[in-house]
Amino acid sequence: MARSRQLAPGVGRFSRSQSAARRGLYKGLKKSDKPAPAETPAHKEVTVGGEKNGSTRLVPTSKAPRFYPAEDVRQPKKSRKSPKPTKLRSSIVPGSVLILLAGRFRGKRVVFLKQLDSGLLLVTGPYKINGVPLRRVNQAYVIATSTKVDLEGFKADSKINDAYFAKTATKGSSSAEAEFFEDGKPKAKEPFPESKSADQKEVDKAIVAAVQKQDNLAKYLKASFGLSKGQFPHQMVF
Amino acid sequence: MSDSNFKRFVEVGRVVLLKAGPSAGKIAVIAEIIDHNRAIIDGPLTEVPRQSFPYRHLTLTPLSLTKLPRAAGTGVIRKHLEKEGTIAKWENSSWAKNRAAIEKRRSLNDFERFGVMLAKKARRDVVRKAVAKAGKA
Repeated sequence: MARSRQLAPGVGRFSRSQSAARRGLYKGLKKSDKPAPAETPAHKEVTVGGEKNGSTRLVPTSKAPRFYPAEDVRQPKKSRKSPKPTKLRSSIVPGSVLILLAGRFRGKRVVFLKQLDSGLLLVTGPYKINGVPLRRVNQAYVIATSTKVDLEGFKADSKINDAYFAKTATKGSSSAEAEFFEDGKPKAKEPFPESKSADQKEVDKAIVAAVQKQDNLAKYLKASFGLSKGQFPHQMVF
Repeated sequence: MSDSNFKRFVEVGRVVLLKAGPSAGKIAVIAEIIDHNRAIIDGPLTEVPRQSFPYRHLTLTPLSLTKLPRAAGTGVIRKHLEKEGTIAKWENSSWAKNRAAIEKRRSLNDFERFGVMLAKKARRDVVRKAVAKAGKA
């Protein structure tokens, strides 16, 4: 009955033969035995103080609960489902030019580098061409175009992963005043980490070289996307 | 007929452009008129199978086969089309060229559209400079 959800008390969702098929016994019974759990005695002897207590006493090893629920409640079934890894859209391959649709760089055309473990896409403008840095985007907020930059021989550094983009943990400032001001003056802006700008340059060097090989491609990446009169994205080819 | 303002008629041999169905966008020839709603059309050179077709889903073109007999079969229509060079005439017409251009523009991808934009900009620049020069002189 466990697989057969009850429609009404005593009436299962599946017939006997259906639930038998679901049990899958036709595949054969499991042969291997589970290792027997180490036996623990139900009671143990403890010494007790006090003259009239007879010095030792048998005490149950696992104490019975002090309360017993008056109503029997079913244990919720543990879910055995686990999230599947995000599937990359088939139109997106490394080197594809994507159009960003959301966020601060919406309308920009960028180059796709690789998919990260979280399922987000790693893209770059390249920064040198259109000001879009190495960045993670969700593929739902992207139009994939059929234009490709030839990234033959380019391998995105494995250190550029999801952790690379994580915010560094900083202790919160004690007050809003301390967060923005220092000695009565606005706080100096923190400089962009040098290692990250070096990474950006490293990646851009290869991408820009590949972009330059194709006519107008750099201009194309620099221009931003927009719809004009009479253009409907669902009728257009990208 | 000479006092009519109309130039194109539903007649045997009239070349028509199909606007609906699996053969939409292709041209065919009227082989036989069924009634005031439908005609039998056939396009042996444009992969249009012989079929009855409602007038409201086709457009009359200025072309027609002059000597096509009534209810001609596919083979006869093919012979007439080849003899009169109707397909070539259609393809050279500005109507067909315009349609092809529209089709081509629609099939361009984003990068190719960008290329068209650059080319148009370049043409505008040349024209503008030429006009300015001619105006001064």
